[in-house]
Amino acid sequence: MKLNERSLAFYATCDAPVDNAGFLYKKGGRHAAYHRRWFVLRGNMLFYFEEPASREPVGVIILEGCTVELVEAAEEFAFAVRFAGARARTYVLAAESQAAMEGWVKALSRASFDYLRLVVRELEQQLAAMRAGDCPPPPRRPRALPPKENGCAVWSAEPPPAAAAALILSPAGAAAPAGSRPGPAPPPLPPRRRAWAPNGPPHAGSFARLHEWYGQEVRALRSQWLGSRSRAQP
Amino acid sequence: MRYNEKELQALSRQPAELAAELGMRGPKKGSVLKRRLVKLVVNFLFYFRTDEAEPVGALLLERCRVTQEEPSGFSISFMEDPERKYHFECCSEEQCQEWMGALRRASYEFMRRSLIFYRNEIQKMTGKDPLEQFGISEEARFQLGGLKA
Repeated sequence: MKLNERSLAFYATCDAPVDNAGFLYKKGGRHAAYHRRWFVLRGNMLFYFEEPASREPVGVIILEGCTVELVEAAEEFAFAVRFAGARARTYVLAAESQAAMEGWVKALSRASFDYLRLVVRELEQQLAAMRAGDCPPPPRRPRALPPKENGCAVWSAEPPPAAAAALILSPAGAAAPAGSRPGPAPPPLPPRRRAWAPNGPPHAGSFARLHEWYGQEVRALRSQWLGSRSRAQP
Repeated sequence: MRYNEKELQALSRQPAELAAELGMRGPKKGSVLKRRLVKLVVNFLFYFRTDEAEPVGALLLERCRVTQEEPSGFSISFMEDPERKYHFECCSEEQCQEWMGALRRASYEFMRRSLIFYRNEIQKMTGKDPLEQFGISEEARFQLGGLKA
């Protein structure tokens, strides 16, 4: 697959905000040695350099659809970035202190674009609800054209599942988009929210009623999600 | 630069924000227009041959500029080389506007700025930090100070 690597390298070294940076030991492969690298987390991209002053990264780990876990390893302060799929790679990394390890695990488990989008949509809804007060929210603009299918690739324009429920439960749990992991089934997609839909939220009435309606949906999704998680525990 | 290609391929199979068959022309001189299935997933733009399940390529949409080129065409270029443009042709002005809007909002950096904006607005209106209920109010990535020009 072609990738705009030059742009990627530029993004790695530009002045966009850095979400975490520091030295980590990276295991080369399953039976390989650890290499000390300078890691820079920016958005959903985890770049690694030979050293802080390097002008180009050695590589990048794209952080969508991964989970971050602590691991048992000979190396101290080790953790893993694990991807789903049959021959998917697991990146084993080791920090230089307990505090650094905890910082990285937290930062990486919340690094996905999907997670950020959930938070943004949640705040967007909160702000819209507050501004509307007792007035109904405006109907969502329908898409101009339906997405195309080519018979091979899978397409969908559905929004990510269980936005509010996943957020409240745990950031690590929220990091996985639907269909990208084996194991517990992701919560079902909520019905697409249109203000005027027959089974949608009450469009006339107070903010309290709207809040209660969303709250019911969140509680239902939450208990479903918790139920499927406990079923999946080994 | 090494990257986890398998995961990028898996990402290309995820639900898309927007997907359509568009005309696409690469940045090299003498490139011809080709029909491609173009799919926007998180901050990546994947492009497929119309009858294939694996993408021909992907563009990371950070630090990019989306410019209208014709009434129904636009281009994507990147900050490090603004003259190097990927051209796209849509079937209508409306489709062109829809894609341009979606691509401009597709970067992680744009999402981050939106989050900081909403957080600030809600805090001004309620006096409370809306990120506290999610336990992420101390995250460096969501601080106002993190905004750069």
